Amino acid sequence: MSNNTVLSRFSKMQWLSLTQEKIVFLLAVVLFVTFSLTLNGFASVDNLLGLLYNVSVLGVLGLAMALVVIGRGIDLSLIATMAISVAWSLTLIRGGLSVEMALLYGMLLAVGIGVLNGWLIAYAEIPALFCTLAMGTLVYGFGRIALIPADVIYMPADPGWFGALGQGEVFGIPAPVIVFVLFALAATLVLRYTRFGRYTYYMGDNYHAARITGVPTRPMLVTQYGVVALIGFVAGLVTAASVDSMNTRIVNSTMIYDVILVVVLGGIGLSGGKGGVRNVVVGTMLIGILLNGMTIMNIEYTVQNFIKGAILLAALIFDSLINPRDEQTAQQGDI
Amino acid sequence: MKNNTTILAAAFATALACTGLSGAAMADDKPLAGKTLAFVPTSLGYDLTDGWYNMLKKELEPEGLNIIVRDPNWSTATGAQALVSLISQKPDLLMVQNPDVQSYARLLRRAEGEGIPVLQINMRSSVETTAFVGADWVGIGRAMAESAIESCGEGSGQSGKVSLVQGPLTSASSVYQMEGINAALEGREDITVVSSQAANWDPSQARAITDTVLKQHNDLCAVIDFWDGQAVGSAAAIRRQRGDNKVLLITNGGTEQTAACDNIANGTFDKYMTYNVREQSTDIAELVRKILTEDIRPGGERLDRMTAVNVIDADNLTENSCWKLSDYK
Repeated sequence: MSNNTVLSRFSKMQWLSLTQEKIVFLLAVVLFVTFSLTLNGFASVDNLLGLLYNVSVLGVLGLAMALVVIGRGIDLSLIATMAISVAWSLTLIRGGLSVEMALLYGMLLAVGIGVLNGWLIAYAEIPALFCTLAMGTLVYGFGRIALIPADVIYMPADPGWFGALGQGEVFGIPAPVIVFVLFALAATLVLRYTRFGRYTYYMGDNYHAARITGVPTRPMLVTQYGVVALIGFVAGLVTAASVDSMNTRIVNSTMIYDVILVVVLGGIGLSGGKGGVRNVVVGTMLIGILLNGMTIMNIEYTVQNFIKGAILLAALIFDSLINPRDEQTAQQGDI
Repeated sequence: MKNNTTILAAAFATALACTGLSGAAMADDKPLAGKTLAFVPTSLGYDLTDGWYNMLKKELEPEGLNIIVRDPNWSTATGAQALVSLISQKPDLLMVQNPDVQSYARLLRRAEGEGIPVLQINMRSSVETTAFVGADWVGIGRAMAESAIESCGEGSGQSGKVSLVQGPLTSASSVYQMEGINAALEGREDITVVSSQAANWDPSQARAITDTVLKQHNDLCAVIDFWDGQAVGSAAAIRRQRGDNKVLLITNGGTEQTAACDNIANGTFDKYMTYNVREQSTDIAELVRKILTEDIRPGGERLDRMTAVNVIDADNLTENSCWKLSDYK
């Protein structure tokens, strides 16, 4: 009873049409204003550029993940693909191969893994969750046995133009931020204005209906996972260039969940067919502001996790109060 | 004719003696033949463990020792399972790199109880076993803090501000390094820890944290980063923001050429705390020989080899400061 009153009171606010994206955006703005007023040096241009730099790789990976999630898929092998393909490229460069050739091989490996993922999901009809989970382990294991000699591969002394991806700047804006912006623009254009983009939404909304109406769903899946792996490879290059190494231990970390978090937090439902680039950008900004502010305040890591978790849960609870799920809005396959 | 027989007999006897001699020599060549050493590291694939493993193989396999390894890839649970199955296989010697003091303690006691001598490396368990080789993380942490005190503390003319970049808070090596740092800094007024954050062994996170801290503290004196593989991230942030106007970067690791000396030579790391993996491997090989040939049983003589913590910097760096993994693989 009381529950209903709360719900109805909240649903009266629907004229505001507060979507999860807007809630997260508002939260980000509130945090930004609070930190600007209370934290010395937070609002400086220098720090804000640093903040963007720190989350740009996460943002690029979020864009990649968003692409498959909108198509009602998921790619849990993204981090493993990124780490192993880039680490292999670095190993090849250290072994004397030219930078261009080494990067080409690494890219082919990454795309190959992505295409294999897509093929298994499309033609062998293995659920994406299990397929990519297994693929991540396989790729990491194979890479460590056959491709790279140690778990951290360092950049060669003179990586040439490749090093500029991490350390370079254009008009004072760090290169990784530019990469993120370019990818965000490209993804917006592709998702909005190309057939590939529209088909992705159709597939996410209703895979079988899309297939019946003539969407080439299987080749689409193969392409989607290939593209995701390719974006992952580029994100890996930016990572390697900015920290002069590729550490494959990140495969065992919670990084993949952070990527999914950015996507889901921004309001792209795991059930597919919804959302876009803006959601990823908003999710990335909130995480970036939170992490930067908490680092400045030197909050202990466990407390940081608690705060991060609490804010995320608050955003999700608020969303489910304002936009309650019912028979009409729920989709088959909701997670 | 008789003479001939005598000569033949003499020749035969000599030949026999020779064979006997060479047989004895062969036994000396392979004193460890038929013995098995089982190794459970925290994870293979990084400089420390790859170093021990490959150096031991190179040194002891020619003497006939059979070395088997169970790689738990950073999972304590997998490591414990490996220990359980190894105990039932009864190797002649069990070599364990503990992830922390507690996790394997009961299993190590059980192994010794069943007559398998246990050699622990680089991290003591709460249970004492037949042998131990290594430095400890607490000592490394203390050495890093002392290095920071020397360069940033009273009388140095520096601000005394230090930033700590830890590993995962669940990682024992990180926790013990922190313990060593806390012990060294306790009661000191001249050093302020302005930031103490966890980067989870990820250089990208270390870069982000150090970047933010540098922007907050223009007069930061030193960054203590808990692992060389992670510290390259902190170094990138320092280089980007400060250029040559250096902030001291103190870190530690297993002294492999590309991970350590290359980075010390090019100015990425300023102070590098280390225990020499080569020395440790020599110590381990010596103890393995002693335990297996003198038939030392658990509960008898205790063998200990502490490795000294060394500091490598640009001034004392030589061609031999580091070892190359490629020489042993």
